[in-house]
Amino acid sequence: MTDFEPKIIGFLCNWCSYAGADLAGVSRFQYPPNMRQIRVMCSGRIHPSFILQAFKEGADGVLVAGCHTPNDCHYISGNFKTERRVAILKKLLEQLGLEPERLRLEWISASEGEKFSKTVLEMTNELRKLGPSPIKEE
Amino acid sequence: MKPVLVIGGGITGIQTSLDLANRGIKVHLIEKTSSIGGVMSQLDKTFPTNDCSMCILAPKMIECSRNENIKIHTMSEVIEIKGEAGDFKVKIIEHPRSVDVEKCTGCGICSEKCPIKVRSEYQSGTGYRKAIYLPFPQAVPLIATIDRTNCLWFSKEICRICEKFCPSKAINYDQVETISEIEVASIVLAQGAEAFNPEVLTEYGYGVYPNVVTSLEFERIMSATGPFNGQILRSSDKIKPKKIAFLQCIGSRDSRVGNSYCSSVCCMYAIKEAVIAQEHDPNLDTTIFFIDIRAFGKEFEDYYTQAEKGNKIRFIRSRISSIEEIPETKNLEISYESNGEIKKEIFDMIILSVGLEPPKELNNFSLSIDLKLNKYGFVQTENFSPVDTSLPGIYVAGVLSGPKDIPDSISQASAAAVRAASNLRIEYEETNYSIYQEKNVEDKIPRIGVFVCHCGTNIGSVVDVPSVVEYVKNLPNVIYAEENLFTCSQDTQKKIIHLIKEHELNRIVVASCSPRTHEALFQATLQEAGLNPYLFEMANIRDQCSWVHMHEHEKATQKAKDLVRMAISKARLLKPLTKPVTNVTQSALVIGGGISGITAALEIADQGYLVHLVEKEGELGGNFKKIKYLPSGDDPEKFLKNLKSQVSENKNIITHLNSKINSIFGYLGNFESVISKDKETTRIKHGVVIVATGGLEYKPKEYLYGTPGIITQLEFEELLSKSYKPESIVMIQCVGSRCEERSYCSRICCTGAISNALKAKELNPDSEIFILFKDIRTYGFKEDYYREAAEKGIIFIRYDDENKPEVSNDGKIKINVLDPVLKQKLVINPEVLVLSSAIIPQEDSKELSGILKVPLSKDGFFLEAHMKLRPLDFATEGIFLCGLAHAPKTIDECISQALGAAARSITILSKKEIETEGVIAIVDEKICCGCQLCLNVCEYNAIEIRNIEGKMRSHIIPEICKGCGVCAATCPSGAITIGHFTDDEILSQIKNAFKEVIA
Repeated sequence: MTDFEPKIIGFLCNWCSYAGADLAGVSRFQYPPNMRQIRVMCSGRIHPSFILQAFKEGADGVLVAGCHTPNDCHYISGNFKTERRVAILKKLLEQLGLEPERLRLEWISASEGEKFSKTVLEMTNELRKLGPSPIKEE
Repeated sequence: MKPVLVIGGGITGIQTSLDLANRGIKVHLIEKTSSIGGVMSQLDKTFPTNDCSMCILAPKMIECSRNENIKIHTMSEVIEIKGEAGDFKVKIIEHPRSVDVEKCTGCGICSEKCPIKVRSEYQSGTGYRKAIYLPFPQAVPLIATIDRTNCLWFSKEICRICEKFCPSKAINYDQVETISEIEVASIVLAQGAEAFNPEVLTEYGYGVYPNVVTSLEFERIMSATGPFNGQILRSSDKIKPKKIAFLQCIGSRDSRVGNSYCSSVCCMYAIKEAVIAQEHDPNLDTTIFFIDIRAFGKEFEDYYTQAEKGNKIRFIRSRISSIEEIPETKNLEISYESNGEIKKEIFDMIILSVGLEPPKELNNFSLSIDLKLNKYGFVQTENFSPVDTSLPGIYVAGVLSGPKDIPDSISQASAAAVRAASNLRIEYEETNYSIYQEKNVEDKIPRIGVFVCHCGTNIGSVVDVPSVVEYVKNLPNVIYAEENLFTCSQDTQKKIIHLIKEHELNRIVVASCSPRTHEALFQATLQEAGLNPYLFEMANIRDQCSWVHMHEHEKATQKAKDLVRMAISKARLLKPLTKPVTNVTQSALVIGGGISGITAALEIADQGYLVHLVEKEGELGGNFKKIKYLPSGDDPEKFLKNLKSQVSENKNIITHLNSKINSIFGYLGNFESVISKDKETTRIKHGVVIVATGGLEYKPKEYLYGTPGIITQLEFEELLSKSYKPESIVMIQCVGSRCEERSYCSRICCTGAISNALKAKELNPDSEIFILFKDIRTYGFKEDYYREAAEKGIIFIRYDDENKPEVSNDGKIKINVLDPVLKQKLVINPEVLVLSSAIIPQEDSKELSGILKVPLSKDGFFLEAHMKLRPLDFATEGIFLCGLAHAPKTIDECISQALGAAARSITILSKKEIETEGVIAIVDEKICCGCQLCLNVCEYNAIEIRNIEGKMRSHIIPEICKGCGVCAATCPSGAITIGHFTDDEILSQIKNAFKEVIA
């Protein structure tokens, strides 16, 4: 399983995490090229079906990144809704036979470029150990 | 209403023009060269973010050229100014381009054919241009110019080849200079500065040894649009250097050349150039020879530390006196002192970090209008009026009044704009939003145009851009795809517009940098081409691809292809959106009643808008109340008293003392806040917010602070003002700054300590004063005070982190410090120990950042929208910042920022109504079942239930909705979606993330 390279979809909120990912870029913090990012205005926009769809399409992992709780969310409380949704979804994933670690929630602020790059690095390494997702569409 | 004249088209002049034009004031922008952009257009990257300089500048240049209120006069100079504030008559001479501006398309065929090669000014002489030329690919306006001195037709009456080949018949050899006269209300001077020419310092061999270059030349050598297309090569043999050195303070802090001042920016640009050079070649051996490293700006110290510890750049504290060339190799030898030994070392290339000087023509210009210059020949300004000149109605911004970096220049640019507007009788015209006719393409089959950017070498050196273009050409609905060196340049905008029309494109994808910085630029291009701005999508293949996978070319290319494919899949589904228009509450909320808050409030109020000034203490003044002296001799107490009386007399200012902000809700133009005082609360409405909450002096845990005789600088200042005259004083610098807990430099403590030391010396000339320091950071003209202190016998002793001073206090203070020159321990027993303690963020910053939903930096200060070009704005529209809330800074810098924040605010307050974001929720009433779950999750009360044909249905109030999408993710029936982020669009991105899926 040494040459397995996981596929990750990252949902990044515009105000904190996407900005943090941009900062990782301007700071040249290197991380593995395994993630494909999707910008949304708020992590609270991420409908559970988006995450399930990502796994269905063959993602080995999904990152949901938003503004720090309690106060950072640009839209006041979108991140709290995300927190609850992700918690429930993890249970659902288990029932579907997916390791809940494949779904990761992180709060990454606009000034945390390093945290962003570390998160992607850690996640990629963990997924490398975990191996390919058992759910892949035929 | 009379216009304003802005002289100088660099980034400062551009920002001043935009801030004026965006509040409806007409501007004449005068630039002597053939394009606006100034020195910033020549830079490769900018510190401390390593942003690509041209990439962040180009959108501003284009915005300037698109703004109907700005008339750009290139090739022009001011030759006469008559009249007075409010009523100037200005004569402008426009030199002939010998090219018809109406006909030239900037195609560049003329330069290709021209036989004459001339050293290029844009390349700082490192490369060549032709006698007829476009200065650089992103020039604004992009129009060719004939340099008559070098043109064969003008010198020898032969050739005329450009005329033969010009496809648009734009060459006109008969153009003559024209002189025109305009009437303006005020004038802003922003002619910038010049790089010091090191030829006069013959000991460095500049101009003689080919491998000795200036920092500006090196900037060009590193640039993708530079002489070697982004490769770092030596001029002598075009070989990559393996070992390079930077020599600091060339033409700065040097009284021999008349420039005793510090040029403020060279330390940081040298570190940046060293870091970027290493990005080109990770094995490059780089050394910086310096006197003091002056990394005093926001997050500069971290950049310096990273360069030293992360990039392993060698920093050697030594001023190099001369360079010798080794004739056979053209290598360069220097000798320096290190640990008492003289060492010799050979380098392949040496970069002279040259300082800034006033422009040569400034002296004559100042004489012609009787404008006061300082002793170094920069425009004279005062501490309390940093953008006013000696002449009423004439203002100054940027490096013309002294060396400073880009964010400080931008702050001053905005400040000068608001000051310039104070001479106008403002009559606003109605805003006209729909200046462009929009084609209806909603039901048309998608015809997508894709533009993939090299971003110089930023993307192209990692991602195989041509293969990305080839790949996307084969994707369905892609009608057209191409690569660009810079997709953001003005000529590419013209090209995109042309291609949209030619190929009837109705969706555009740009694969380049971040939508956070560039989406607005491209959206405006779509509008100009008659397309709705929301028919646009970006793929971020730089910040989130090439810059973070620099060593994985293949995988980065694959990721870029995937990201572009995802963007295209979204683009297929994009729909036009309308921006709601809302009324603007034409009043401001200023939080913080210190010097910054008062200044901002007064300026906004003076220009006719209501201001709520909220101060948590019982009186105005903030930290400024504790300032007793300034090294300039200005009287802070008198100034504050005057400001306070201006505030109390101003009918447009409502001051809320002993008050705090409980909550702020709303959006650009329409905020509503609750202010509490004791148990009473007041609800106010306002259109903008300015955060001017200041900072605090750190109460040290170090060096036995608080024991008898050990105090902070502010406490010492207080004692001095009561005629305290100690016999002996020790000051320790960087207490709580530049340390593990707080990595940043507090910027003002070096000057503050020296100022107090000079005052103590004045009160008691016999006193013995020691200043223990790590680097003395008296940047700009503050260097004069450092020199004065040394001349007056104040003793400076350097310490480093390994050998910090040791302090004991048993009623008698004892300080042990290692003298680095004598290599001996010194013991000093001063009467008083003064700690130059850090400036720290205000205690309630975190709370306020939560209330406002704006971010803090890692150091706890408020984080602006962009560190380089948007120092006074938050990413959230309608909220601004200034002063110590932003980062530590001096009083004149706080005032500049406060005036600048006022200018930024008035660009909104001056409008009766304003467009808000078009990305909002949409309800499909056919699917909505009226369950009202969305009502509960909406934080903005933007959803109401309406009776539609007898059924209860959700309805979005467009002006209130902020487009977060929480309702869409909550709706159990899938009836709500978000414009530009619809379920279908996001799902198609997911489906296309790893493979091509056409829904």
